Amino acid sequence: MLYVMGLATALTLLWLGMSGIYEPVVLSLGVISIAITVILATRLGLKDRETSPYHRIIPFLLYTPYLIVEILKANLTVIKAILKPDMDIQPTMVKVKTTCKSDLAKVIFANSITLTPGTVTLRVDDDSMLVHGLYEADAQPEAFEEMDRRASIAGDGRPSKGKGATK
Amino acid sequence: MEFINDVIGVITAPGWRHFVGALLCAIGGVSTVIAAAGVLRFPDFYTRLHAASVTDTLGALTLILGMAFLAPGLLIVFKLILIGLFLVLTGPTSAHAIANAAYTAGLEPIIGKIGLQKAKEEDEA
Amino acid sequence: MTLLSVAAVGIFVSIALLLIRLFVGPSLYDRVLAVNSVGTKIVVLLALVGFMMGRPDFLDIALLYALINFVTTIAILKFFRYRSFQISLIKPEVEPKGEAE
Repeated sequence: MLYVMGLATALTLLWLGMSGIYEPVVLSLGVISIAITVILATRLGLKDRETSPYHRIIPFLLYTPYLIVEILKANLTVIKAILKPDMDIQPTMVKVKTTCKSDLAKVIFANSITLTPGTVTLRVDDDSMLVHGLYEADAQPEAFEEMDRRASIAGDGRPSKGKGATK
Repeated sequence: MEFINDVIGVITAPGWRHFVGALLCAIGGVSTVIAAAGVLRFPDFYTRLHAASVTDTLGALTLILGMAFLAPGLLIVFKLILIGLFLVLTGPTSAHAIANAAYTAGLEPIIGKIGLQKAKEEDEA
Repeated sequence: MTLLSVAAVGIFVSIALLLIRLFVGPSLYDRVLAVNSVGTKIVVLLALVGFMMGRPDFLDIALLYALINFVTTIAILKFFRYRSFQISLIKPEVEPKGEAE
């Protein structure tokens, strides 16, 4: 029930933000469409903790500044590599161990790796990921430890200490 | 209270706000050109993927941030935030989907030094 | 306004460069990458043109195009992997009894 309420709140905010017209006719259309969406989502079974991670929003917002700084640094590296008259890239593939437990944390970690230019996740397994990097020096498994730790805090709520943890 | 009003007035004054917004848009436009040049220049598919992700992050996000500076109302900023959020969520997902499909289909990546570094090593050898 | 024009022209030039990659691209995946990248740029270009014309209503179209672009990429990749749109990507956990081929 709590998640259904959360979904309805999110949809209401989305409608109010997108429409921008606050007349009774339009608002009643909004109420009808929100009701239909909530009923359909309930029929699909999308009302558990996994599909509506509202309790993860604040840790995720705390994670974004770090991610933005990483993206800016990686962007500069790739732009330098593009603008050099002679190619001197060194593509590599590495297996990166992850300590993330839940699917959400793994998605955050893999998406962060792909979002930073210069590294792309090729395959996601249970506790490791195959990563293709533009420079060998930047794509060492140690370089991802910090991101892994922060992603597991954002997705799992704590730095998990699995068998893949190094510290 | 007056102080707060002053601050809000300075923040929403059109002059410098529009200049910063337009400057950010121009930076975004230039970086998309650089990224497209990288997609043309890089030697194999996986390296081109890295160049394309510059567009998704630096190019699109700076442009959207710049447009948020130019926006006349808060509703438009909300819509821009939605577009940016959506690009950030779907960009890496589709990049991962393309990379995973290519890897599963058996497209071999070039591994090792390319270009200048390779030439340097051959000179030393 | 001139700075905005610089941004718009930059996006146009990069779309042209990506179209070269789309037609040259040796493998299928290069082409899909180029299509996806052109789509992202068109999303941004729609919003930017809306701002330049003073009609921010274009943002709704841009948002819609962003949604369609994502689905397009996934659909193309799915089609060329399975040669069909009908196959479910998520395997059912329990095999249905009696209906197996």
